[in-house]
Amino acid sequence: MIQTRLKLSYSGFALDIDLQLPGRGVTALYGHSGSGKTTCLRCIAGLEQAGQGFIQINDEVWQDSDKRIFVPPHKRALGYVFQEASLFHHLSVRANLEFGLKRIPRQQRRVDMAHATELLGIGHLLDRNPQNLSGGERQRIGIARALLTSPKLLLMDEPLAALDTQRKNEILPYLQRLHDELDIPVLYVSHSQDEVARLADHLVLLSNGKALASGAIGETLARLDLPLALGDDAGVVIEGHVSAYDADYQLLTLQLPDTDLSIRVAHAPMTKGQALRCKVQARDVSLSLQGVEQSSILNRLPVTVISEIGADNAAHVLIRLNAAGTPLLARITRYSRDQLGVHPGQQLWAQIKAVAVLA
Amino acid sequence: MTLSSADYSAIWLTLKLASLTTVILLIIGTPIALWLSRTQSWLRGPVGAIVALPLVLPPTVIGFYLLLALGPNGWIGHFTQSLGLGTLTFSFAGLVIGSVLYSMPFVVQPLQNAFSAIGTRPLEVAATLRANPWDTFFSVIVPLARPGFITAAILGFAHTVGEFGVVLMIGGNIPDKTRVVSVQIYDHVEAMEYAQAHWLAGAMLVFSFAVLLALYSSRKTKAAWS
Repeated sequence: MIQTRLKLSYSGFALDIDLQLPGRGVTALYGHSGSGKTTCLRCIAGLEQAGQGFIQINDEVWQDSDKRIFVPPHKRALGYVFQEASLFHHLSVRANLEFGLKRIPRQQRRVDMAHATELLGIGHLLDRNPQNLSGGERQRIGIARALLTSPKLLLMDEPLAALDTQRKNEILPYLQRLHDELDIPVLYVSHSQDEVARLADHLVLLSNGKALASGAIGETLARLDLPLALGDDAGVVIEGHVSAYDADYQLLTLQLPDTDLSIRVAHAPMTKGQALRCKVQARDVSLSLQGVEQSSILNRLPVTVISEIGADNAAHVLIRLNAAGTPLLARITRYSRDQLGVHPGQQLWAQIKAVAVLA
Repeated sequence: MTLSSADYSAIWLTLKLASLTTVILLIIGTPIALWLSRTQSWLRGPVGAIVALPLVLPPTVIGFYLLLALGPNGWIGHFTQSLGLGTLTFSFAGLVIGSVLYSMPFVVQPLQNAFSAIGTRPLEVAATLRANPWDTFFSVIVPLARPGFITAAILGFAHTVGEFGVVLMIGGNIPDKTRVVSVQIYDHVEAMEYAQAHWLAGAMLVFSFAVLLALYSSRKTKAAWS
Protein backbone atom coordinates (compact mmCIF):
# COMPACT_ATOMS: atom_id res chain seq x y z
CA MET A 1 0.00 0.00 0.00
CA ILE A 2 1.34 3.40 -0.99
CA GLN A 3 0.06 6.39 0.92
CA THR A 4 0.77 9.91 -0.21
CA ARG A 5 -0.54 13.15 1.17
CA LEU A 6 1.09 16.16 -0.38
CA LYS A 7 0.48 19.86 -0.13
CA LEU A 8 2.69 22.24 -1.97
CA SER A 9 2.29 25.54 -3.76
CA TYR A 10 4.29 27.71 -6.09
CA SER A 11 3.12 30.92 -7.62
CA GLY A 12 0.21 29.99 -9.83
CA PHE A 13 0.18 26.30 -8.93
CA ALA A 14 -0.95 24.30 -5.95
CA LEU A 15 -0.73 20.57 -5.43
CA ASP A 16 -3.07 19.07 -2.89
CA ILE A 17 -3.57 15.34 -3.03
CA ASP A 18 -4.34 12.50 -0.67
CA LEU A 19 -3.99 9.12 -2.33
CA GLN A 20 -3.97 5.50 -1.27
CA LEU A 21 -2.51 3.46 -4.07
CA PRO A 22 -2.16 -0.29 -4.47
CA GLY A 23 1.22 -1.69 -3.45
CA ARG A 24 1.42 -3.79 -6.61
CA GLY A 25 0.91 -3.42 -10.32
CA VAL A 26 1.13 -0.26 -12.38
CA THR A 27 -0.58 2.90 -11.21
CA ALA A 28 -0.85 5.62 -13.82
CA LEU A 29 -0.83 9.27 -12.83
CA TYR A 30 -2.65 10.70 -15.79
CA GLY A 31 -3.35 14.31 -16.62
CA HIS A 32 -2.51 17.19 -18.89
CA SER A 33 0.79 19.00 -18.60
CA GLY A 34 0.64 21.30 -15.62
CA SER A 35 -1.71 19.00 -13.73
CA GLY A 36 0.98 18.27 -11.15
CA LYS A 37 1.75 14.67 -11.98
CA THR A 38 5.51 15.13 -12.35
CA THR A 39 5.66 17.28 -9.21
CA CYS A 40 3.80 14.54 -7.39
CA LEU A 41 6.34 11.95 -8.55
CA ARG A 42 9.30 14.18 -7.65
CA CYS A 43 7.89 14.67 -4.15
CA ILE A 44 7.53 10.92 -3.70
CA ALA A 45 11.14 10.52 -4.81
CA GLY A 46 12.27 13.28 -2.46
CA LEU A 47 13.71 15.33 -5.33
CA GLU A 48 11.30 18.03 -4.23
CA GLN A 49 9.98 18.52 -0.75
CA ALA A 50 6.32 19.24 -0.20
CA GLY A 51 5.91 21.62 2.73
CA GLN A 52 3.26 19.35 4.13
CA GLY A 53 3.53 15.75 3.24
CA PHE A 54 3.19 12.17 4.33
CA ILE A 55 4.62 9.42 2.18
CA GLN A 56 4.60 5.79 3.21
CA ILE A 57 5.55 2.89 1.00
CA ASN A 58 4.32 -0.33 2.56
CA ASP A 59 5.81 -0.06 6.05
CA GLU A 60 8.49 2.54 5.29
CA VAL A 61 7.81 6.21 5.98
CA TRP A 62 9.70 8.45 3.55
CA GLN A 63 8.23 11.73 4.65
CA ASP A 64 6.13 12.86 7.58
CA SER A 65 6.24 16.62 7.88
CA ASP A 66 4.36 16.53 11.21
CA LYS A 67 7.18 14.50 12.72
CA ARG A 68 9.83 16.38 10.72
CA ILE A 69 10.81 13.21 8.91
CA PHE A 70 12.25 13.63 5.44
CA VAL A 71 14.32 10.77 4.08
CA PRO A 72 16.73 12.11 1.44
CA PRO A 73 16.27 10.60 -2.04
CA HIS A 74 19.47 8.51 -1.92
CA LYS A 75 18.15 6.68 1.13
CA ARG A 76 14.79 5.82 -0.45
CA ALA A 77 14.58 2.38 -2.02
CA LEU A 78 13.16 3.68 -5.28
CA GLY A 79 13.99 3.56 -8.94
CA TYR A 80 13.36 6.65 -11.05
CA VAL A 81 13.12 6.75 -14.81
CA PHE A 82 13.26 10.27 -16.21
CA GLN A 83 11.65 11.48 -19.39
CA GLU A 84 15.04 11.74 -21.04
CA ALA A 85 17.11 8.67 -20.24
CA SER A 86 19.73 10.90 -18.54
CA LEU A 87 22.52 8.36 -18.78
CA PHE A 88 25.92 9.40 -17.45
CA HIS A 89 27.94 10.33 -20.51
CA HIS A 90 31.25 9.79 -18.74
CA LEU A 91 30.43 6.12 -18.19
CA SER A 92 29.92 3.17 -20.50
CA VAL A 93 26.55 1.48 -20.67
CA ARG A 94 27.77 -1.22 -18.30
CA ALA A 95 29.10 1.32 -15.80
CA ASN A 96 25.80 3.19 -16.00
CA LEU A 97 23.94 0.00 -15.15
CA GLU A 98 26.35 -0.82 -12.33
CA PHE A 99 26.18 2.68 -10.86
CA GLY A 100 23.11 1.93 -8.78
CA LEU A 101 23.71 -1.83 -8.50
CA LYS A 102 27.05 -1.51 -6.73
CA ARG A 103 25.59 0.91 -4.20
CA ILE A 104 23.08 -1.69 -3.03
CA PRO A 105 24.18 -4.14 -0.34
CA ARG A 106 24.52 -7.61 -1.85
CA GLN A 107 21.84 -9.17 0.32
CA GLN A 108 19.30 -6.55 -0.79
CA ARG A 109 19.76 -7.22 -4.50
CA ARG A 110 16.74 -8.87 -6.01
CA VAL A 111 17.33 -7.95 -9.67
CA ASP A 112 20.64 -9.04 -11.15
CA MET A 113 22.50 -7.83 -14.21
CA ALA A 114 21.63 -10.85 -16.32
CA HIS A 115 17.94 -10.56 -15.52
CA ALA A 116 17.73 -6.82 -16.12
CA THR A 117 19.64 -6.87 -19.40
CA GLU A 118 17.60 -9.80 -20.65
CA LEU A 119 14.32 -8.18 -19.60
CA LEU A 120 15.10 -4.96 -21.49
CA GLY A 121 16.94 -6.62 -24.38
CA ILE A 122 20.15 -4.61 -23.94
CA GLY A 123 22.76 -7.35 -23.48
CA HIS A 124 24.46 -6.45 -26.76
CA LEU A 125 24.86 -2.78 -25.80
CA LEU A 126 26.86 -3.15 -22.59
CA ASP A 127 30.24 -2.05 -23.93
CA ARG A 128 28.90 0.84 -25.97
CA ASN A 129 29.09 4.52 -25.19
CA PRO A 130 25.67 5.98 -24.26
CA GLN A 131 26.14 8.81 -26.77
CA ASN A 132 26.12 6.38 -29.69
CA LEU A 133 22.75 4.82 -28.88
CA SER A 134 19.28 5.53 -30.18
CA GLY A 135 16.75 7.24 -27.95
CA GLY A 136 14.88 3.99 -27.44
CA GLU A 137 18.01 2.08 -26.48
CA ARG A 138 19.04 4.79 -24.07
CA GLN A 139 15.66 4.73 -22.37
CA ARG A 140 15.76 0.94 -22.03
CA ILE A 141 19.14 1.29 -20.32
CA GLY A 142 17.71 3.99 -18.08
CA ILE A 143 14.93 1.61 -17.06
CA ALA A 144 17.32 -1.29 -16.46
CA ARG A 145 19.61 0.98 -14.43
CA ALA A 146 16.70 1.93 -12.18
CA LEU A 147 15.60 -1.72 -11.84
CA LEU A 148 19.08 -2.80 -10.80
CA THR A 149 18.72 -0.85 -7.55
CA SER A 150 16.05 -3.46 -6.65
CA PRO A 151 13.57 -0.70 -5.85
CA LYS A 152 10.55 -1.13 -3.64
CA LEU A 153 8.82 1.37 -5.88
CA LEU A 154 9.57 2.25 -9.48
CA LEU A 155 8.74 5.81 -10.51
CA MET A 156 8.51 6.51 -14.22
CA ASP A 157 8.08 10.06 -15.44
CA GLU A 158 6.73 9.92 -18.99
CA PRO A 159 9.50 7.56 -20.06
CA LEU A 160 8.20 7.42 -23.62
CA ALA A 161 7.22 11.06 -24.15
CA ALA A 162 10.53 12.09 -25.69
CA LEU A 163 10.43 9.25 -28.23
CA ASP A 164 8.81 8.97 -31.64
CA THR A 165 6.04 6.46 -32.25
CA GLN A 166 8.39 3.82 -33.61
CA ARG A 167 10.64 3.97 -30.54
CA LYS A 168 7.61 3.98 -28.29
CA ASN A 169 6.36 0.80 -29.85
CA GLU A 170 9.84 -0.64 -29.42
CA ILE A 171 9.78 -0.02 -25.65
CA LEU A 172 6.15 -0.73 -24.78
CA PRO A 173 6.51 -4.52 -24.97
CA TYR A 174 9.43 -4.30 -22.51
CA LEU A 175 7.31 -2.26 -20.13
CA GLN A 176 4.57 -4.83 -20.42
CA ARG A 177 7.05 -7.58 -19.58
CA LEU A 178 8.17 -5.58 -16.57
CA HIS A 179 4.60 -5.40 -15.45
CA ASP A 180 4.05 -9.11 -15.96
CA GLU A 181 7.32 -10.48 -14.62
CA LEU A 182 8.45 -8.24 -11.80
CA ASP A 183 6.72 -7.76 -8.51
CA ILE A 184 7.65 -4.10 -8.16
CA PRO A 185 4.89 -1.52 -7.85
CA VAL A 186 5.17 1.17 -10.51
CA LEU A 187 3.95 4.75 -10.53
CA TYR A 188 3.76 5.77 -14.15
CA VAL A 189 3.25 9.39 -15.12
CA SER A 190 1.75 9.88 -18.54
CA HIS A 191 -0.43 12.11 -20.60
CA SER A 192 -0.99 9.41 -23.22
CA GLN A 193 -4.26 7.51 -22.92
CA ASP A 194 -2.84 4.79 -25.09
CA GLU A 195 0.08 4.09 -22.73
CA VAL A 196 -2.21 4.23 -19.73
CA ALA A 197 -4.66 1.81 -21.30
CA ARG A 198 -1.88 -0.62 -22.15
CA LEU A 199 0.07 -0.55 -18.93
CA ALA A 200 -1.95 0.64 -15.97
CA ASP A 201 -3.96 -1.42 -13.52
CA HIS A 202 -4.92 1.56 -11.44
CA LEU A 203 -5.58 5.06 -12.68
CA VAL A 204 -5.27 8.39 -10.92
CA LEU A 205 -6.65 11.32 -12.83
CA LEU A 206 -4.96 14.60 -11.94
CA SER A 207 -6.11 18.05 -12.87
CA ASN A 208 -4.81 21.39 -11.56
CA GLY A 209 -2.97 19.74 -8.71
CA LYS A 210 -5.93 17.72 -7.49
CA ALA A 211 -6.83 14.08 -7.91
CA LEU A 212 -10.20 13.90 -9.64
CA ALA A 213 -10.37 10.14 -9.41
CA SER A 214 -8.39 7.13 -8.27
CA GLY A 215 -9.50 3.60 -9.03
CA ALA A 216 -9.11 0.42 -11.03
CA ILE A 217 -8.47 1.19 -14.69
CA GLY A 218 -11.55 -0.51 -16.18
CA GLU A 219 -13.84 1.18 -13.71
CA THR A 220 -12.23 4.62 -13.84
CA LEU A 221 -12.07 4.88 -17.62
CA ALA A 222 -15.79 4.11 -17.77
CA ARG A 223 -16.79 6.84 -15.34
CA LEU A 224 -19.02 9.41 -16.95
CA ASP A 225 -18.39 12.06 -14.30
CA LEU A 226 -14.76 12.50 -15.37
CA PRO A 227 -13.41 14.55 -18.24
CA LEU A 228 -11.94 11.31 -19.64
CA ALA A 229 -15.36 10.38 -20.99
CA LEU A 230 -15.55 13.49 -23.11
CA GLY A 231 -12.45 12.99 -25.21
CA ASP A 232 -12.46 11.44 -28.63
CA ASP A 233 -10.41 8.58 -27.14
CA ALA A 234 -13.05 7.75 -24.53
CA GLY A 235 -13.39 4.05 -24.01
CA VAL A 236 -12.85 1.20 -21.62
CA VAL A 237 -10.10 -1.29 -21.01
CA ILE A 238 -11.11 -4.90 -20.63
CA GLU A 239 -8.76 -7.48 -19.23
CA GLY A 240 -10.04 -10.89 -20.25
CA HIS A 241 -8.71 -14.43 -20.37
CA VAL A 242 -8.29 -16.48 -23.51
CA SER A 243 -10.91 -19.23 -23.52
CA ALA A 244 -10.58 -20.57 -27.07
CA TYR A 245 -8.77 -20.09 -30.35
CA ASP A 246 -10.24 -20.69 -33.79
CA ALA A 247 -7.20 -21.49 -35.92
CA ASP A 248 -9.25 -21.59 -39.11
CA TYR A 249 -10.56 -18.04 -38.80
CA GLN A 250 -7.69 -16.93 -36.59
CA LEU A 251 -10.05 -15.62 -33.99
CA LEU A 252 -9.37 -15.53 -30.30
CA THR A 253 -12.19 -15.86 -27.81
CA LEU A 254 -11.72 -13.74 -24.76
CA GLN A 255 -13.80 -14.32 -21.70
CA LEU A 256 -14.76 -11.20 -19.77
CA PRO A 257 -13.83 -11.24 -16.09
CA ASP A 258 -16.25 -13.13 -13.80
CA THR A 259 -18.87 -13.82 -16.50
CA ASP A 260 -19.77 -16.21 -19.27
CA LEU A 261 -19.72 -13.35 -21.74
CA SER A 262 -16.93 -13.29 -24.25
CA ILE A 263 -15.72 -11.31 -27.20
CA ARG A 264 -13.85 -12.52 -30.24
CA VAL A 265 -10.93 -10.78 -31.79
CA ALA A 266 -8.55 -11.42 -34.67
CA HIS A 267 -5.22 -12.38 -33.17
CA ALA A 268 -2.28 -14.74 -33.37
CA PRO A 269 -2.73 -17.97 -31.38
CA MET A 270 -2.50 -17.78 -27.62
CA THR A 271 -2.75 -20.47 -25.01
CA LYS A 272 -5.91 -20.88 -23.02
CA GLY A 273 -6.08 -19.00 -19.76
CA GLN A 274 -3.62 -16.26 -20.76
CA ALA A 275 -4.63 -12.72 -19.85
CA LEU A 276 -5.15 -10.26 -22.65
CA ARG A 277 -5.94 -6.60 -22.45
CA CYS A 278 -8.08 -4.80 -25.00
CA LYS A 279 -9.48 -1.36 -25.44
CA VAL A 280 -13.01 -0.75 -26.65
CA GLN A 281 -13.58 2.82 -27.77
CA ALA A 282 -16.92 4.39 -27.01
CA ARG A 283 -17.31 5.44 -30.63
CA ASP A 284 -16.98 1.78 -31.72
CA VAL A 285 -19.92 0.65 -29.63
CA SER A 286 -23.43 0.94 -31.05
CA LEU A 287 -26.70 -0.12 -29.45
CA SER A 288 -29.65 -2.07 -30.73
CA LEU A 289 -32.90 -3.40 -29.31
CA GLN A 290 -32.56 -6.86 -30.86
CA GLY A 291 -29.68 -9.22 -30.37
CA VAL A 292 -30.10 -11.66 -33.20
CA GLU A 293 -29.24 -9.81 -36.28
CA GLN A 294 -27.50 -10.68 -39.52
CA SER A 295 -24.44 -8.47 -39.42
CA SER A 296 -20.74 -8.48 -40.06
CA ILE A 297 -20.20 -7.26 -36.53
CA LEU A 298 -18.58 -10.01 -34.55
CA ASN A 299 -19.26 -9.00 -31.02
CA ARG A 300 -22.68 -8.45 -29.58
CA LEU A 301 -23.21 -8.37 -25.84
CA PRO A 302 -26.33 -8.09 -23.72
CA VAL A 303 -26.02 -4.98 -21.58
CA THR A 304 -27.94 -2.86 -19.12
CA VAL A 305 -28.03 0.91 -19.41
CA ILE A 306 -26.62 2.56 -16.29
CA SER A 307 -26.53 6.27 -17.08
CA GLU A 308 -25.84 8.83 -19.76
CA ILE A 309 -24.28 12.24 -20.24
CA GLY A 310 -24.01 14.68 -23.11
CA ALA A 311 -20.82 14.27 -25.16
CA ASP A 312 -18.49 17.07 -26.12
CA ASN A 313 -20.87 18.11 -28.88
CA ALA A 314 -24.62 18.55 -28.90
CA ALA A 315 -25.27 15.78 -31.43
CA HIS A 316 -23.89 12.92 -29.33
CA VAL A 317 -24.45 11.32 -25.97
CA LEU A 318 -22.34 8.90 -23.98
CA ILE A 319 -24.06 5.91 -22.46
CA ARG A 320 -22.54 3.84 -19.71
CA LEU A 321 -23.43 0.18 -19.93
CA ASN A 322 -23.00 -2.85 -17.77
CA ALA A 323 -22.14 -6.13 -19.46
CA ALA A 324 -22.54 -8.56 -16.57
CA GLY A 325 -20.15 -6.56 -14.40
CA THR A 326 -17.84 -5.27 -17.12
CA PRO A 327 -18.38 -1.56 -17.76
CA LEU A 328 -18.68 -0.37 -21.36
CA LEU A 329 -19.14 3.05 -22.91
CA ALA A 330 -21.13 3.79 -26.07
CA ARG A 331 -21.05 7.04 -27.94
CA ILE A 332 -24.22 7.38 -30.03
CA THR A 333 -26.16 10.23 -31.54
CA ARG A 334 -28.81 11.94 -29.50
CA TYR A 335 -31.21 11.09 -32.30
CA SER A 336 -30.54 7.35 -31.91
CA ARG A 337 -30.88 7.64 -28.18
CA ASP A 338 -34.39 9.04 -28.65
CA GLN A 339 -35.28 6.50 -31.37
CA LEU A 340 -34.34 3.62 -29.06
CA GLY A 341 -35.79 5.37 -26.03
CA VAL A 342 -32.61 4.67 -24.06
CA HIS A 343 -33.15 4.96 -20.31
CA PRO A 344 -31.36 3.67 -17.21
CA GLY A 345 -32.19 0.05 -16.42
CA GLN A 346 -33.03 -0.77 -20.02
CA GLN A 347 -31.78 -4.07 -21.47
CA LEU A 348 -30.06 -3.60 -24.82
CA TRP A 349 -27.54 -5.21 -27.11
CA ALA A 350 -24.19 -3.54 -27.51
CA GLN A 351 -22.49 -4.11 -30.85
CA ILE A 352 -18.77 -3.69 -30.76
CA LYS A 353 -17.32 -2.70 -34.12
CA ALA A 354 -13.70 -2.88 -33.14
CA VAL A 355 -11.61 -4.27 -30.33
CA ALA A 356 -8.05 -3.06 -30.06
CA VAL A 357 -5.74 -5.64 -28.49
CA LEU A 358 -3.28 -3.83 -26.26
CA ALA A 359 -0.98 -6.51 -25.02
CA MET B 1 75.57 29.82 -19.04
CA THR B 2 73.27 32.76 -19.44
CA LEU B 3 71.04 32.44 -16.39
CA SER B 4 72.54 33.31 -13.04
CA SER B 5 71.89 31.38 -9.87
CA ALA B 6 69.68 34.28 -8.76
CA ASP B 7 67.64 33.75 -11.91
CA TYR B 8 67.26 30.03 -11.21
CA SER B 9 66.28 30.74 -7.68
CA ALA B 10 63.60 33.18 -8.92
CA ILE B 11 62.29 30.55 -11.35
CA TRP B 12 62.17 27.91 -8.64
CA LEU B 13 60.36 30.29 -6.28
CA THR B 14 57.86 31.21 -8.98
CA LEU B 15 57.06 27.59 -9.76
CA LYS B 16 56.69 26.81 -6.07
CA LEU B 17 54.38 29.78 -5.55
CA ALA B 18 52.27 28.98 -8.61
CA SER B 19 51.93 25.28 -7.72
CA LEU B 20 50.96 25.92 -4.13
CA THR B 21 48.53 28.67 -5.13
CA THR B 22 46.90 26.39 -7.73
CA VAL B 23 46.43 23.56 -5.25
CA ILE B 24 44.94 25.90 -2.64
CA LEU B 25 42.70 27.53 -5.22
CA LEU B 26 41.38 24.20 -6.46
CA ILE B 27 40.54 23.24 -2.90
CA ILE B 28 38.79 26.46 -1.90
CA GLY B 29 37.63 27.48 -5.38
CA THR B 30 35.68 24.25 -5.97
CA PRO B 31 33.13 24.75 -3.17
CA ILE B 32 32.81 28.44 -4.04
CA ALA B 33 32.20 27.62 -7.72
CA LEU B 34 29.81 24.82 -6.80
CA TRP B 35 27.86 27.15 -4.56
CA LEU B 36 27.82 29.94 -7.17
CA SER B 37 26.55 27.51 -9.82
CA ARG B 38 23.72 26.13 -7.66
CA THR B 39 22.55 28.78 -5.25
CA GLN B 40 19.43 30.88 -5.59
CA SER B 41 20.56 33.13 -2.72
CA TRP B 42 20.79 36.90 -3.18
CA LEU B 43 24.41 36.58 -2.06
CA ARG B 44 25.26 34.99 -5.38
CA GLY B 45 25.68 38.41 -7.06
CA PRO B 46 27.88 40.00 -4.38
CA VAL B 47 30.05 36.90 -3.95
CA GLY B 48 30.45 36.51 -7.71
CA ALA B 49 31.46 40.17 -7.96
CA ILE B 50 34.03 39.87 -5.16
CA VAL B 51 35.57 36.81 -6.77
CA ALA B 52 35.80 38.67 -10.08
CA LEU B 53 37.32 41.88 -8.61
CA PRO B 54 40.95 40.95 -9.36
CA LEU B 55 40.02 40.86 -13.05
CA VAL B 56 39.46 44.61 -13.07
CA LEU B 57 41.42 46.05 -10.14
CA PRO B 58 45.02 47.18 -10.63
CA PRO B 59 47.22 44.66 -8.78
CA THR B 60 48.63 47.56 -6.80
CA VAL B 61 45.21 48.15 -5.25
CA ILE B 62 44.92 44.54 -4.11
CA GLY B 63 48.50 44.66 -2.94
CA PHE B 64 47.93 47.89 -1.04
CA TYR B 65 44.95 46.57 0.92
CA LEU B 66 46.70 43.28 1.58
CA LEU B 67 49.73 45.16 2.84
CA LEU B 68 47.51 47.00 5.29
CA ALA B 69 45.62 43.87 6.38
CA LEU B 70 48.68 41.65 6.73
CA GLY B 71 50.85 44.37 8.29
CA PRO B 72 51.45 44.81 12.04
CA ASN B 73 48.37 47.03 12.42
CA GLY B 74 46.07 45.10 10.09
CA TRP B 75 43.45 42.65 11.31
CA ILE B 76 45.16 39.64 9.77
CA GLY B 77 48.45 40.96 11.11
CA HIS B 78 47.02 41.17 14.62
CA PHE B 79 45.75 37.65 14.30
CA THR B 80 49.03 36.16 13.04
CA GLN B 81 50.99 38.08 15.68
CA SER B 82 48.72 36.77 18.41
CA LEU B 83 49.48 33.26 17.14
CA GLY B 84 53.16 34.04 17.46
CA LEU B 85 53.72 33.90 13.69
CA GLY B 86 54.70 37.53 13.30
CA THR B 87 53.44 39.34 10.23
CA LEU B 88 53.09 37.79 6.79
CA THR B 89 54.16 40.79 4.77
CA PHE B 90 57.45 40.32 2.93
CA SER B 91 57.21 36.54 3.37
CA PHE B 92 56.48 33.64 1.07
CA ALA B 93 53.28 32.88 3.01
CA GLY B 94 52.10 36.43 2.34
CA LEU B 95 52.77 35.95 -1.36
CA VAL B 96 50.68 32.78 -1.35
CA ILE B 97 47.75 34.62 0.24
CA GLY B 98 48.06 37.45 -2.27
CA SER B 99 48.32 35.04 -5.20
CA VAL B 100 45.28 33.07 -4.08
CA LEU B 101 43.17 36.22 -4.09
CA TYR B 102 44.71 37.56 -7.26
CA SER B 103 44.20 34.35 -9.28
CA MET B 104 40.85 33.38 -7.74
CA PRO B 105 38.62 34.33 -10.72
CA PHE B 106 40.80 32.34 -13.11
CA VAL B 107 40.02 29.18 -11.15
CA VAL B 108 36.50 29.83 -9.93
CA GLN B 109 34.98 30.97 -13.20
CA PRO B 110 35.93 27.97 -15.39
CA LEU B 111 34.79 25.66 -12.58
CA GLN B 112 31.53 27.54 -12.17
CA ASN B 113 30.86 27.31 -15.91
CA ALA B 114 31.64 23.61 -15.91
CA PHE B 115 29.34 22.94 -12.94
CA SER B 116 26.53 25.01 -14.46
CA ALA B 117 26.86 23.09 -17.72
CA ILE B 118 26.29 19.81 -15.87
CA GLY B 119 22.91 21.01 -14.63
CA THR B 120 20.89 19.36 -11.88
CA ARG B 121 19.68 16.26 -13.72
CA PRO B 122 22.82 14.07 -13.35
CA LEU B 123 22.81 14.88 -9.64
CA GLU B 124 19.18 13.85 -9.31
CA VAL B 125 19.87 10.67 -11.24
CA ALA B 126 22.78 9.88 -8.93
CA ALA B 127 20.58 10.45 -5.88
CA THR B 128 17.91 8.09 -7.18
CA LEU B 129 20.71 5.54 -7.72
CA ARG B 130 21.59 5.74 -4.01
CA ALA B 131 24.66 7.97 -4.25
CA ASN B 132 24.98 10.35 -1.29
CA PRO B 133 26.08 13.95 -1.98
CA TRP B 134 29.82 13.26 -1.44
CA ASP B 135 29.65 10.15 -3.56
CA THR B 136 27.85 12.16 -6.25
CA PHE B 137 30.51 14.85 -6.13
CA PHE B 138 33.36 12.42 -6.74
CA SER B 139 31.65 9.94 -9.05
CA VAL B 140 29.56 12.33 -11.17
CA ILE B 141 30.46 16.01 -10.78
CA VAL B 142 34.25 15.70 -10.87
CA PRO B 143 34.40 13.44 -13.94
CA LEU B 144 31.81 15.48 -15.82
CA ALA B 145 33.58 18.75 -14.94
CA ARG B 146 37.06 17.43 -15.71
CA PRO B 147 37.70 19.85 -18.61
CA GLY B 148 36.72 22.69 -16.28
CA PHE B 149 39.18 21.50 -13.63
CA ILE B 150 41.98 21.28 -16.20
CA THR B 151 41.24 24.77 -17.51
CA ALA B 152 41.02 26.15 -13.99
CA ALA B 153 44.32 24.62 -12.93
CA ILE B 154 46.18 25.81 -16.03
CA LEU B 155 44.81 29.34 -15.89
CA GLY B 156 45.34 29.62 -12.14
CA PHE B 157 48.94 28.43 -12.46
CA ALA B 158 49.80 30.57 -15.47
CA HIS B 159 48.19 33.67 -14.06
CA THR B 160 50.12 33.31 -10.80
CA VAL B 161 53.37 32.95 -12.73
CA GLY B 162 52.55 36.23 -14.44
CA GLU B 163 51.91 38.10 -11.18
CA PHE B 164 53.93 41.25 -10.52
CA GLY B 165 52.14 44.15 -8.88
CA VAL B 166 50.76 42.30 -5.89
CA VAL B 167 54.12 40.66 -5.23
CA LEU B 168 55.93 43.94 -5.31
CA MET B 169 53.45 45.56 -2.93
CA ILE B 170 53.33 42.86 -0.26
CA GLY B 171 56.45 40.80 -0.88
CA GLY B 172 59.03 43.31 -1.80
CA ASN B 173 62.10 41.93 -3.45
CA ILE B 174 63.81 39.48 -1.12
CA PRO B 175 66.01 36.88 -2.84
CA ASP B 176 64.84 33.25 -2.32
CA LYS B 177 61.80 34.43 -0.36
CA THR B 178 59.76 36.76 -2.49
CA ARG B 179 61.77 37.55 -5.59
CA VAL B 180 59.81 35.82 -8.35
CA VAL B 181 60.67 35.86 -12.05
CA SER B 182 58.65 38.94 -12.92
CA VAL B 183 60.38 40.93 -10.19
CA GLN B 184 63.77 39.55 -11.20
CA ILE B 185 63.19 40.79 -14.76
CA TYR B 186 62.29 44.19 -13.35
CA ASP B 187 65.53 44.23 -11.38
CA HIS B 188 67.58 43.29 -14.44
CA VAL B 189 66.02 46.09 -16.44
CA GLU B 190 66.57 48.58 -13.63
CA ALA B 191 70.22 47.53 -13.56
CA MET B 192 70.45 47.83 -17.35
CA GLU B 193 71.17 44.09 -17.65
CA TYR B 194 69.16 43.74 -20.81
CA ALA B 195 70.73 40.46 -21.90
CA GLN B 196 69.72 38.81 -18.61
CA ALA B 197 66.27 40.36 -18.85
CA HIS B 198 65.93 38.99 -22.38
CA TRP B 199 66.57 35.43 -21.31
CA LEU B 200 64.04 35.49 -18.51
CA ALA B 201 61.44 37.50 -20.39
CA GLY B 202 61.81 35.22 -23.39
CA ALA B 203 61.39 32.17 -21.20
CA MET B 204 58.18 33.62 -19.72
CA LEU B 205 56.85 34.39 -23.18
CA VAL B 206 57.52 30.88 -24.43
CA PHE B 207 56.08 29.33 -21.28
CA SER B 208 52.90 31.40 -21.41
CA PHE B 209 52.39 30.75 -25.09
CA ALA B 210 52.95 27.02 -24.64
CA VAL B 211 50.43 26.87 -21.80
CA LEU B 212 47.76 28.74 -23.71
CA LEU B 213 48.46 26.74 -26.85
CA ALA B 214 47.99 23.52 -24.94
CA LEU B 215 44.79 24.86 -23.42
CA TYR B 216 43.19 26.05 -26.63
CA SER B 217 44.29 23.07 -28.69
CA SER B 218 43.05 20.52 -26.17
CA ARG B 219 39.58 22.02 -26.11
CA LYS B 220 37.87 19.92 -28.73
CA THR B 221 34.50 20.27 -27.05
CA LYS B 222 33.22 23.57 -25.81
CA ALA B 223 32.22 22.00 -22.51
CA ALA B 224 35.05 23.66 -20.63
CA TRP B 225 33.94 27.15 -21.44
CA SER B 226 30.21 26.98 -21.86
